[in-house]
Amino acid sequence: MLTLRERPRNGAARMFRGRPRGQARGGGWGVSPGDMARVKNSEQGKTGMKRMLSWGLAAMAGPFLCVNLSVTGALAETETQAIGDPEHGAEVFEYCSGCHQVGAGAENGIGPQLNGIFGRTAGTIAGFSYSKGLVREGRNGMVWDLKHLDAYLENPKALVSDTRMSFDGLETQEERNDVMAYLRQFSDNPQNIPEAQPTVRKQEVELPPEILALVGDPEYGEYLASECTTCHQIDGNYDGIPSIIAWPSDDFVVAMHAYKRKIRPHPVMQMMAGRLTDEEIAALAAYFGALE
Amino acid sequence: MKLNRRAFIGTGAAAAAALSAPHARSASHGGKPKVIVIGGGAGGATAARYLMKDGKGEIDVTLIEPSRMYYTCFFSNLYIGGVRDFETLGHDYGGLAKAGVNVVHDMAVGIDRDTKQVTIASGAKLPYDKLVLAPGIDFVEGAVPGWSVAAQNKMPHAYKGGSQTQLLKAQLEAMPEGGTFAMIAPPNPYRCPPGPYERVSMVANLLSNINPTAKIIIADPKDKFSKQALFQEGWGRHYDGMIDWIGPEFGGGNVSVDPDAMTVTIDGEVTEVDACNVIPAMKAGHICEIAGVTEGNWAPVDGAGMVSKADPDVHVLGDSSAQGDMPKSGFSANSQAKVAAMAIRGELLGSKVFPAKFSNTCWSLIAPDDGVKVGASYAATPEKIAKTDGFISQTGEDAALRKATYEESVGWYEGITSDMFGSS
Ligand SMILES: Cc1cc2nc3c(=O)[nH]c(=O)nc-3n(C[C@H](O)[C@H](O)[C@H](O)COP(=O)(O)OP(=O)(O)OC[C@H]3O[C@@H](n4cnc5c(N)ncnc54)[C@H](O)[C@@H]3O)c2cc1C
Repeated sequence: MLTLRERPRNGAARMFRGRPRGQARGGGWGVSPGDMARVKNSEQGKTGMKRMLSWGLAAMAGPFLCVNLSVTGALAETETQAIGDPEHGAEVFEYCSGCHQVGAGAENGIGPQLNGIFGRTAGTIAGFSYSKGLVREGRNGMVWDLKHLDAYLENPKALVSDTRMSFDGLETQEERNDVMAYLRQFSDNPQNIPEAQPTVRKQEVELPPEILALVGDPEYGEYLASECTTCHQIDGNYDGIPSIIAWPSDDFVVAMHAYKRKIRPHPVMQMMAGRLTDEEIAALAAYFGALE
Repeated sequence: MKLNRRAFIGTGAAAAAALSAPHARSASHGGKPKVIVIGGGAGGATAARYLMKDGKGEIDVTLIEPSRMYYTCFFSNLYIGGVRDFETLGHDYGGLAKAGVNVVHDMAVGIDRDTKQVTIASGAKLPYDKLVLAPGIDFVEGAVPGWSVAAQNKMPHAYKGGSQTQLLKAQLEAMPEGGTFAMIAPPNPYRCPPGPYERVSMVANLLSNINPTAKIIIADPKDKFSKQALFQEGWGRHYDGMIDWIGPEFGGGNVSVDPDAMTVTIDGEVTEVDACNVIPAMKAGHICEIAGVTEGNWAPVDGAGMVSKADPDVHVLGDSSAQGDMPKSGFSANSQAKVAAMAIRGELLGSKVFPAKFSNTCWSLIAPDDGVKVGASYAATPEKIAKTDGFISQTGEDAALRKATYEESVGWYEGITSDMFGSS
């Protein structure tokens, strides 16, 4: 069989056989999954989120004290230092700050503000539109303590399957510990919210006030939204493509203009946003913002 | 979920929307206007769902689809490659029925455009005001000499979802050690341009796990193909030495098969094969021919509302349509369906019709966690649906980005299937 083999052909026909044998078969990448993504999200991987950390950051983390979480029941006494390194946690928090503010004057945004998160019952900040999942967990009595926050930060959907928090999780224990140590500073007992500036998100694009002031037509938005819902699920579920429902209008508008101006890197979103007018972006913000 | 229609002040956007004149309501049969959708796939299911959802109960929507479960072709290659379970590919019509769509599990066999009636296999005749044809593809008879659908169990096409996909995988798993798998690739245009090459990648992934000395031959009538540089790079990296691609220059377009003898003849030379995937040339789903809306192999439409060039009351969506630059993909069909639903609703109810926008992204998996994508946006021009912008993954991208691209495709799958079928 395989008479084809015997037939003289020039190499071009077998264009895909050019490489030396035995090199890559099955061996794959020579990169372990752990090295590949200590934080599972890569730069272009997650459309809706700001990616300001460089990959170098994870490597900077170095060895940190790892608390044994099973003995942290006495939460109130836990010193932030014992949880992890809050300074490094502040850097890790940049993954979060696209959606969450913390510190004096912090407000709800795409995600709820995080002052006083430790000891708070899940899904209970007034004025924030939570996913059904977090409201349910809160009703069932889930309180954000080290154990639950750690699980949530490691894999949000594993803890709350229908959360809208579009984040794949922090893979390493150090990063989770450090960011929890950072957040712990903004929870009371002791009542010690520092006078630090809130983690105001850097304005990704300077938008003239008239663009932010546009009030979109939700009906037009509903039509335009049908292009988005091929990928973004309308019930806010997150399976690798971020939830975009119930965002504050400004966040939505700024994000879309950041794609439109190619400041955010994701190619699909650059293309989609690139052909939307200011009014269309406002219409989408109005439509998605009102969904819950 | 609720849509809060709070105070809204008109902007330029509303002015841009054209208000089309409502047609006489259901002239032929009184009552609510009737839309019949033929085919419950990426195009038809989406159209039925959006007509129901946006018609707000004022349109009577019937979906005719013989299968009770729709098994997606998209991600079927991942099942072949061992990356995904078969069950995850199946979707039922419960969500559409719950939303109010009249789901008729039968085959449309006749269409009378003069009396505006569809005949289904059971013999019933169903009247319509607007007809949506979204029957996907059929194969061009005699396209690969020696092969016909009668031979599809010996040499599966696996280019319609479901049992064919399972059969192909079973045959790959049964190959003897070091055996040969051949794919006969289709000529343009066909459903899912990167599909055959994603399939080869996934077959290679399967075989390198269970039968690493097996060989793969692709006989291809095309001298280039979708995402070629990306596949080429990936095959070299992951499946070195396993895949032979034979282009037209070397006879890849001059192929016949013998399903009984399990041989493939390429440019006069006979090769014995252990498994063979024949993907013949394609044409619009046969019902389009019956409806008399085809020209050549496909059904031409005007992109603005996916309206058949043969009949203003017939819309053709998805793979069956000849529309211009959009590839035949599930994403495209879904995108076109929304445009058509809006146009139909505008005509039947006088609702606003906004300018059509289309887009497409096709993700492909080269190896586990090695995903790539290509995509574009499109606009309807008087001549055709024309590409306006686009992008493609680059060779040499790092592993983290490729993994993220794959993860994004998983999200897309969840997104599009819930956009098609709603939640049951
Ligand atoms: C291997 C493979 C991989 C793919 N991967 C992707 C991908 O990653 N992304 C992507 O976007 N696309 C992908 N596609 C393409 C995608 O599957 C098709 O383009 C898409 O399904 C087309 O939608 P459609 O509505 O035109 O047809 P279909 O989805 O095929 O639906 C047609 C439906 O019509 C029904 N039907 C046919 N005739 C009749 C009749 N007479 N009466 C009643 N019902 C009828 C059929 O039963 C079927 O359910 C892939 C395809 C293949 C084969």
